[in-house]
Amino acid sequence: MVTDFIRAVIDGVLSGSVYALMAAGLTLIFGVMEVINVAQGILVILGAYLSYVLSVHLGIDLFAGLIITIPVMFILGVGIQWGLMSRLGEREKVSMSILVTYAVAIILEGALDLIFGPSYQQLTAWYVNQSMHVLGFYLPYIYVFGFLLAVVLLGALYFILYRTEFGRSLRAAQQNRTAARLIGIDVNRVSAITFGIGVAVTAAGGMVFGATTSFNANSSADLISRLLTIIILGGMGSIGGAMGASVLMLVVEALVSTFWSPTWATLVFYAVLVVVLAVRPAGLFGQKAVRAQ
Amino acid sequence: MAILSAKAKPFSKGKAAVVVSAIAVIAVFPLIFTNPAVTEIAIFALMFMATSEAWNGFAGWSGYFSLGHAAFFGVGAYTFAIIANDYKLPAGSGLFLLMPVAGVVAMVAAVLVGLVALRTKRHTFVVITIGVFFIFQLLGYNLSITAGASGLQVPTPYNWNAATFNNPFYYAAAILLGFTVGLYWIIRRSAFGLQLLSIRDDEERAKGLGVPVWRVKLSAFVISAFPVGMAGALFAFLIGQIYPNTVFNPLFDLSWALMTLVGGIGTIAGPLLGGVVLESIQQYLNLYLSNADIYLIVYGVVFLAVMFWMPRGVVPTVGDALRRRRGARSASLVSAESGGAGTAPGAGSGASLAVVAQEGGK
Repeated sequence: MVTDFIRAVIDGVLSGSVYALMAAGLTLIFGVMEVINVAQGILVILGAYLSYVLSVHLGIDLFAGLIITIPVMFILGVGIQWGLMSRLGEREKVSMSILVTYAVAIILEGALDLIFGPSYQQLTAWYVNQSMHVLGFYLPYIYVFGFLLAVVLLGALYFILYRTEFGRSLRAAQQNRTAARLIGIDVNRVSAITFGIGVAVTAAGGMVFGATTSFNANSSADLISRLLTIIILGGMGSIGGAMGASVLMLVVEALVSTFWSPTWATLVFYAVLVVVLAVRPAGLFGQKAVRAQ
Repeated sequence: MAILSAKAKPFSKGKAAVVVSAIAVIAVFPLIFTNPAVTEIAIFALMFMATSEAWNGFAGWSGYFSLGHAAFFGVGAYTFAIIANDYKLPAGSGLFLLMPVAGVVAMVAAVLVGLVALRTKRHTFVVITIGVFFIFQLLGYNLSITAGASGLQVPTPYNWNAATFNNPFYYAAAILLGFTVGLYWIIRRSAFGLQLLSIRDDEERAKGLGVPVWRVKLSAFVISAFPVGMAGALFAFLIGQIYPNTVFNPLFDLSWALMTLVGGIGTIAGPLLGGVVLESIQQYLNLYLSNADIYLIVYGVVFLAVMFWMPRGVVPTVGDALRRRRGARSASLVSAESGGAGTAPGAGSGASLAVVAQEGGK
């Protein structure tokens, strides 16, 4: 009983860290641009397929492949911001951004399904199939490595945001776009790079997701719903909140799955969202209103 | 736009002619085109015209975009299947009477959803409706009453004449469409409709002017679930076998949003135009390409093209162009209209508020 409990908590924390990475990108994009990127789910799947192609067809290791896939996803993100999002009008921007990125998502979903077919894939490597033995628990290496990768990348994100000139511009744009523009910050450039970073994390997230779960193009619907739930619970635009909510939700899901039933675990995910929002419309960790509309 | 978002335009002779001829075409269509493949496409087109109209009647007029209305479609479909099976109802045209029942059950579901979801801001609302939708789909998969992934069989009227088998479904869909358009035509001309538009234009100011914002939003949300639930029941009857992922289908919401945006959000005719064109194309592609991927890509590209090049949709854009050519309006008004041609919802704010201040909010 106690062992099961600890086991579920460890599972939740390890997989929660990867969700934290994917959700951080999503909430970062919202914080700076007030854009809800509904395509984040399919971009994670795209990241997973990129790793799949590199490892199966070119024999490149999953983690080494990130050196290629992260820049590719970064450029794709900059492209989406530059080509589509920057051309949106200011009126009803959030709702329009949801529709535009939804369109991007179904185009990508159709294309991925066309190329790779509907059959489920899973990424393989030695560390996917083997486990390490710690204090009586068997932990698959991929979960541990994925956790470390997420910590490193979230650390890098923190460094960029709080210790660099660009990070200062980004946070200024997040607080007040107009004022940031007035003091000479190139908000369009900041937006493009932010979108790039927000999407680049999906390369890493997608790789770990693809190695721990079997996926096809349709997996994105479930994934994006979870990520959106997480960033709402965390308070939209708050990176710390997204990280906290990711770990919390994945732990809750693992506990429900262990002690009740895996079929209902996913339902609990959304039920928590509904209950929390009924009580606190700003989310669990939301400051009064991180960018209230 | 200013005029559009305030009082509805008077019903001109030209419009009446269009409406009468549309009714005539719909009435005789299955008598001329007897090929079952064609009538099936037509049934889906009518069904999606009606449901897009209902989606627009909430989302387009309140400014709250729902991506969870497919939950009500599924509730309607399951209500139909469960009642028909449990009471062993004979498979015949009497089953069409279950459609309003399914609609009412969908409305009850909408009350529960709306009580939570409508408490949030617009963008959170969109996301919450996605979450709520997945809750319903999961319930469909996991409850014993829905028989999970194996789905439910619906009684099929085998004794109907094969040649005209589709016709009862077709006319049921046509009546559903007529009812829905009539309903929203009346709402658009009522104080309630104006209050709804004033919420879209500026919710805080509407509240300040005495519009019972919460009650209006919730009522509009619940009303829009009625035609959608009925369409779900019709769908179940037509298809004969329902599964959680075919009736709780996330693509439905996307379709309704797309059809509405393409045709012209916030107009009566827009969702009808978008529905008939896009659903026919989709069913045609399904039938002859049997490739869902191509249509996903086509859908996405059309969606993007419309949002960037014709953000107000076909009906308002073309309507303005026609009016401009006829020169029926003063030049200043025309330029004011094209000036306000930002993204569709919320454009032309204030006009409906002014009207509400006069007569709507009591």
